[in-house]
Amino acid sequence: MFKTLRIILTSALVRGILGQLIGTALGYGFIAGLRALRGAETPWIYEPALAFGAIIGVIGFLIASGVLTDWLKWIVGRRTPLRHGAPEGKPEWSRYFNVDYNHKVIGIQYGVSSLLILLIGGIFAIIFRIELAQTGMQWLNNNQFNTLFSAHGIIMIAAILGGVGAMINYLAPLMIGASDMAFPRLNAFSFWVSVPAALLILSGLAVGGWDTGWVGYATLSLRAPVGMVLFLLGFWVVGFSSIAGSANLLVTVATMRAKGMSLFRMPIFVWAAVATSIIQLTATQTVGVALTMSVAERVMGLNFFDPSGGGNPILYQHLFWFYSHPVVYVFVLPGLGVISELLPVFARKPLFGYRWVALSSLGIALVGFLVWAHHMFTSGMADALRVPFMFSTMLVAVPTGVKFFSWIATIWEGKLPKNPPTPLLFVLGAISVFLIGGVTGPILGTIPTDLHLHDSYWVVGHFHATMFGGFIFPFFGALYYWYPKMTGRMYNERLGKLHFWLMLPAFWVMSIGQMSVGLLGMRRRIADYDPALGIEGTQVLITLAALVIGWSVLIMLYNLVFSQRRQPVADPNPWRSRGPEWQIISPPPEFNYNVPFEVVGDPYEYGLADTTYIRDVARASVPSGD
Amino acid sequence: MRRFRHFIIVAVLVALSTVGLRALFSVILALPRASSAEAIPIDALFNGHYWMIAFLFSLIMVMMLYALFVFRRPADDDSDGPYIHGNTVLEIGWTIVPTVVVLGFGVWGAITLNDITSPKPNEMTVNVTGQQWVWSFAYPEQGDFASSELVLPVDRTIVLKMTAEDVIHSFWVPEFRVKQDLVPGRETTLRITPTEAGEFALRCAEICGLNHTQMVATVRVLDAAGFQAWVDAENAAPAFADMTPEDRGAFWHSAEGLGCVACHSLDGAPGVGPTWQGLYGRQEELEDGGTVTVDDPYITTSIIDPNAQITAGYLPNLMPQNYADQIAALEQEIQAAEGVDIDIIADLIAFIKTLE
Repeated sequence: MFKTLRIILTSALVRGILGQLIGTALGYGFIAGLRALRGAETPWIYEPALAFGAIIGVIGFLIASGVLTDWLKWIVGRRTPLRHGAPEGKPEWSRYFNVDYNHKVIGIQYGVSSLLILLIGGIFAIIFRIELAQTGMQWLNNNQFNTLFSAHGIIMIAAILGGVGAMINYLAPLMIGASDMAFPRLNAFSFWVSVPAALLILSGLAVGGWDTGWVGYATLSLRAPVGMVLFLLGFWVVGFSSIAGSANLLVTVATMRAKGMSLFRMPIFVWAAVATSIIQLTATQTVGVALTMSVAERVMGLNFFDPSGGGNPILYQHLFWFYSHPVVYVFVLPGLGVISELLPVFARKPLFGYRWVALSSLGIALVGFLVWAHHMFTSGMADALRVPFMFSTMLVAVPTGVKFFSWIATIWEGKLPKNPPTPLLFVLGAISVFLIGGVTGPILGTIPTDLHLHDSYWVVGHFHATMFGGFIFPFFGALYYWYPKMTGRMYNERLGKLHFWLMLPAFWVMSIGQMSVGLLGMRRRIADYDPALGIEGTQVLITLAALVIGWSVLIMLYNLVFSQRRQPVADPNPWRSRGPEWQIISPPPEFNYNVPFEVVGDPYEYGLADTTYIRDVARASVPSGD
Repeated sequence: MRRFRHFIIVAVLVALSTVGLRALFSVILALPRASSAEAIPIDALFNGHYWMIAFLFSLIMVMMLYALFVFRRPADDDSDGPYIHGNTVLEIGWTIVPTVVVLGFGVWGAITLNDITSPKPNEMTVNVTGQQWVWSFAYPEQGDFASSELVLPVDRTIVLKMTAEDVIHSFWVPEFRVKQDLVPGRETTLRITPTEAGEFALRCAEICGLNHTQMVATVRVLDAAGFQAWVDAENAAPAFADMTPEDRGAFWHSAEGLGCVACHSLDGAPGVGPTWQGLYGRQEELEDGGTVTVDDPYITTSIIDPNAQITAGYLPNLMPQNYADQIAALEQEIQAAEGVDIDIIADLIAFIKTLE
């Protein structure tokens, strides 16, 4: 017990948090000291000092956690070997609390932190959802409500980015036959830099919150409470994680694929990971610029957005959405990849139109860059600009439609099991939920109908349906599907099904209820609503549904935690998949494939007798006996 | 032949489901009353979208559930399905057809947009100003008076010329369907043609800070005669020069004036800022620990430099920092219109003194 405590207290996580505290205090003290030299007093919460402290704090975290150590040594000319396995003299589990360079460890670090953050964001949602069940203010005030929904938004985005990182990190190297990512140290950096960022955002709540929503529109962001600056900086730091992680993945896929794995023989999830990474690598910088400008305007008085000093508040929206629209495809493409990956396995049929599905991911990524201004149809843009963006937006439906049709064609005449296991349930549920999100999109894309729906709860319903259908359901499905791969044990099937059958109907009720009240006049981001709208009954339903979703997720967490001990050891390939990751023991060895494999077929040739996707290089090179 | 039978069954189920869903949408996805001319083409577009939503949802869900229930295998069957890896003609088909359909909706949307935004004969302009967290409306063609409620004549196209003092707000009356942001530093335009008399609620649709939820105003649509009577009554209001400073102070406090009412109550009710009831002469504790007696210089400073002395328990940065400019501009306007010099801050102080 004491030993466990000592291992945790000396872990990179705890050291990093201490480093962040010390760094923040140093940065804050530096500015306060400068002011003291000028004879000015520094108030307890002084924003420029807080901002500077926040930046130094992040650097403090990175140094103290040790994620920069190898690089710093390289700078002074010392070479360091890539460390593998647990830190010296410490047990295997301590790897997860320390800087580790193995992609599977980092994938699980991403996944666990993602689930933790998801839980926090979900609790926030449930707190303000209960407030909304009735008209009148019951147990929150305006400032608490505004802070909670703003925090819910950005925390869920951090959770989703973490979940995406988890799936890509764990699966992509396994699927392409690589021993690890191309840059293991950069991979660890991508994960660890997101930890102080999350702490910054959460500490923004402690110093008074903020009230701009996750979008942080100027000029409201310039007048919001002081938590705003920590939100802006935290969001900004998360960007490093995205950029570094995506560059790493693209290099890995480009250079480390197994012999014979041409682009069109990659598992389909890898295509989704590539499309996602291209977006992250090229779009994140613009939101970084927008956030930097906001911080500079707040803290240093530089004038970019405030019109009273010659700035332009619409400029912020352009910069922000140029990233933040494409990034929703970052959230959903990996999930859609999971759907495409799992359906052939369960239907025992090839993925219908593999190339079309693969290229549709790139198509979505490309078109996604050309539609950002549809978030600004009511901002006062000229019609000559609004109409082209309407057409480009409508075109997103085309590659998305290709995916839906290909999924249906894959299971058509396929042999789905009569008693679908949990991962399959989640994948089919994901299709139904993403379908709700998909079909409610074009009505937002045509400007005249958007003029009614913009900033209403219709958007809330549509967005949550795309996020649940494109990320949450497939991510949970992926957790169940690869659970035996990650842990070597099977999850509890009954609890898995209970989770699904609670969450799916509850989500339908919630999302359709949100759209319904939005049509009738429920605005986004309000703490209370007019009883005259006649929507109280639906609001109660939405709140109850949200509670059911919350409970069902707790059931999943229980299942994931306790199945590791109580459940039987899983079959090495329980889904009878042809995927390379299922042809080795679970959990996979440190370097994945003890013997490199060679790709000798297409990935999803179910139904074609006597074929395989891969074969061991060693076996091929052994001279045949006859 | 068996394959063919599957498709016939699916087609029938999809058709039934589409019609059923469209009927269901009329209940669960109902729109509010349509009370403007713009709502009619927009609702037609809504109807088109609802049919497409019903059809696409039915198509995918019916086929998915059909595949799940009709083709599924029993637990002891571990054979594979048929080896069908794709069909290029199908793929091209389900790329081209949706492209044509969504572009068709785009054309429909563009035509409708042009319809509702193009200038109409006999338009009337109303200037709309949003500030945290009040609306005010000015009628330049009816004598340039200001109002805290939006009163409109029926069956006449209104051009709303809108701007914001501080942060972005958004004009939305659900019964009128259309929505437009108010952006600080620029003028945005919205056209609405109310088609029925009645009372509606205007609510800010863009998050605008602490009291965003409460940023509402009343919209009253009157017949032509009623509107004219209202305009005459507003114009009969006395000139500023003829009012007492106390009355002018009360006017500046209201939404038509400077909008102080958004944060400062007159009856002791708690608000974003301190109440004005019993304010004058009161000892106020400040955030920095000091105390101050509320007198003329303190009130003046609090208006033109609100962050200088923050009362304990209230937040800095909430009150606009530009009241000095706003007040100077108003005073110039009154000087130009009535030829008198009005001291607005003195009016406010006189008014506050009356609030025992």
